[in-house]
Amino acid sequence: MNRWAIKVLWRNMVVFKKTWLTNMTFYFIEPLLYLSAMGLGLGAFIGEINGTSYIRFIAPGIIASSAMWSASSESTYGSFVKMHYQKIYHAMVAAPLYIEEVVAGEILYAVFKAVIYGSIILLVITAFGLVSSAWALLTPFVLVLAGFVFALLGMIWTGLVPKIDSFSFFFTLVITPMFLFSGVFFPIDHFPGFVQAAAWFLPLYHVVVLLRSLASGDVGLFLLVHAGVLVLSIILLYPFPQRFMKKRLGL
Amino acid sequence: MLKPIVTAKNLTKTYGNIQAVKNIDFVIFPGQCFGILGPNGAGKTTTVAMLYCFLPLTTGKLEVLGMDVTRDQREIKKRLGIVPQENNLDQELTVIENLIIYAGYFDIKKSAAEKKALALLDFFNLMEKKDVDVEFLSGGMKRRLALARGLINSPEMLILDEPTTGLDPEARHIIWQHLRLLKQQGLTIVLTTHYLEEASQLCDQLFIIDQGVIIERGAPQELVEKHIGKSVVELELPVEKQQQVLENLRPEINGHQLLGSTLFLYINDEGRNLAGKLKQHPFISYQLQRPANLEDVFLKLTGKGLLNHE
Repeated sequence: MNRWAIKVLWRNMVVFKKTWLTNMTFYFIEPLLYLSAMGLGLGAFIGEINGTSYIRFIAPGIIASSAMWSASSESTYGSFVKMHYQKIYHAMVAAPLYIEEVVAGEILYAVFKAVIYGSIILLVITAFGLVSSAWALLTPFVLVLAGFVFALLGMIWTGLVPKIDSFSFFFTLVITPMFLFSGVFFPIDHFPGFVQAAAWFLPLYHVVVLLRSLASGDVGLFLLVHAGVLVLSIILLYPFPQRFMKKRLGL
Repeated sequence: MLKPIVTAKNLTKTYGNIQAVKNIDFVIFPGQCFGILGPNGAGKTTTVAMLYCFLPLTTGKLEVLGMDVTRDQREIKKRLGIVPQENNLDQELTVIENLIIYAGYFDIKKSAAEKKALALLDFFNLMEKKDVDVEFLSGGMKRRLALARGLINSPEMLILDEPTTGLDPEARHIIWQHLRLLKQQGLTIVLTTHYLEEASQLCDQLFIIDQGVIIERGAPQELVEKHIGKSVVELELPVEKQQQVLENLRPEINGHQLLGSTLFLYINDEGRNLAGKLKQHPFISYQLQRPANLEDVFLKLTGKGLLNHE
C-alpha cells in the first residue's frame, strides 16, 4: 500500500467515471428494490421489530449488504476480467509497478466502490426519514472497514480460482449465506446460542450491527468490539491476496 | 568498445518440471536491433519476460542497463519500453487516455505526458483516433497504440514480443516501417518473432532458439551464407525416388534437407547445371528456385520448419 498502488486506484477511477451509470443499476437500484419490497411489502405483515418499524430495521442492513456486494463483485469478477482477459496486470507489472502494488490498488478501488454505493443508499434512506441519529455520519468509516474485508475475501478467491465460473461458489456459499444470516432481514438474537456465536464469524454481521446502531443512535462502547473484529480480519487477511496473485501469475 | 546493454549468463527458467529456457548466454549492444527467432513454445517469450523483470530467473545472471534484474527492477523498468505479445491496452479508455494513464506509472507529469502522447500518436498515424475507445480500433491500430505506449517513457531499449503476430500483411509492413524509423533514430530494439522475414528485414543480430536452447547466432545474412549458400531449389517428388535423385544431383549441390515429400537443395551458383539434370527426372511434380533465407537455416539446424508448431 503506497503511492504506486494509488496509481492503480486512479486508473480504475478513470474507468469508473465512464461506466458508473451501468454499475449503478445493480449496486444501487437492486438494494432499493429489496428495501421497498421487503420493507414495505413484508413490513406490512411484520409490524415492528424490537420497537422499530420493519423498514427502519432493515434500511441500515441494506447499506451493509450493498457495500458487501459491490466490494466483493469488484474484487472477483471485476479484477478477474482485468487480470485474466484484459491482461491489465501484465501491462502494469511491465511498467514500474510491482504486483503487490497492483493488488493493493485493486483492493482500494473495491473499497472505494463499497463506500460510494453504501453512502448513496445512506443518503436515500435518510431522505425517506429512516435514519434518526447524527451518528449515521460515521457510516462511511464503517463502509471502509466493510469494503476492505470483502475486497480482501474476493481478491483471495481471484488469486486462486481457475476460471471465472468458479466465482459462483464464492457467491453461493459465502456471500449469499452472509447476506441472509447476518441480521439484515431479521434479528439473530432469537436463534440458539451456537448460531449467534457462529454469526460472530460473519463479517457482515458486525457491519450490520455497527450501521444499525449508528442509524438509530443506540451507540455504546460495545461497537468498538465489532469494529475491532473487522480491523482484526483485515490485518489477518491482508497478506494473502498479494501472495496468491504473485503465485498465480508466476511472478 | 561499447558496453553491452544486456548481458545474460547461464540463464535458466523452469516452470515446475519443464525447463523453458536452458542455460543460455547472450549479449545485446546499444543501438542494435536484436532478434530472438524460434518456433512457438521455444522459450522466446520467457526470455524477454525475464529481460523486462516480469518473470523471475530460476538460475543464472541477467544484467539490463548495467543493473541486476533481481535487485533493481523498478529502476530497470522505468527505462524500458515493453510491447507484449497479447494486447493489454485499457479497453474502456480512449487512445489518448491509454497513453496518459500509462505515463503515470512512470511518474511522468500529466502535461509532459500529453505532449509526448500527441507526438507519438502523430508518429504512428493515430491522431484521428485520439478520442476513440480502444475496443473500436482495428488490430493493426491496437498494435501501433501498444507500440506508442511502449515509447511513452522515451525508453533506452524497446522490447517487442511478436510485434506482428496475427496482423494482416499490410498492417505488418506498416509496423516494420515504424520499427525501421525507430532503429534509425538509434533506439535499441529487442524483438521475438517466428517470422523469418521479420527477423531478416529488421535484425542486425539474432539468435535462434529451439526447445529452450540457443542453436545458432549471428547476423541474418551471415547465417544464411554460412549454412545454406546463395539459393535453394525446392523439389516435390515421391519419397521412394528421393535417394536416387539425390545421388544423381550430389555433385551440383552444397547440401540438402528433407521435409516430408519436399526436398530442399542448397546451391552456391546460378543452378544451370542442376536445371539440366532435373529434366532427367520427369516424376518431379514441382520445382522452384529461390534465394536462401533464414527459414532454410532453421530447417537445416533443427530438421523442422518454423511454422510447424503452430
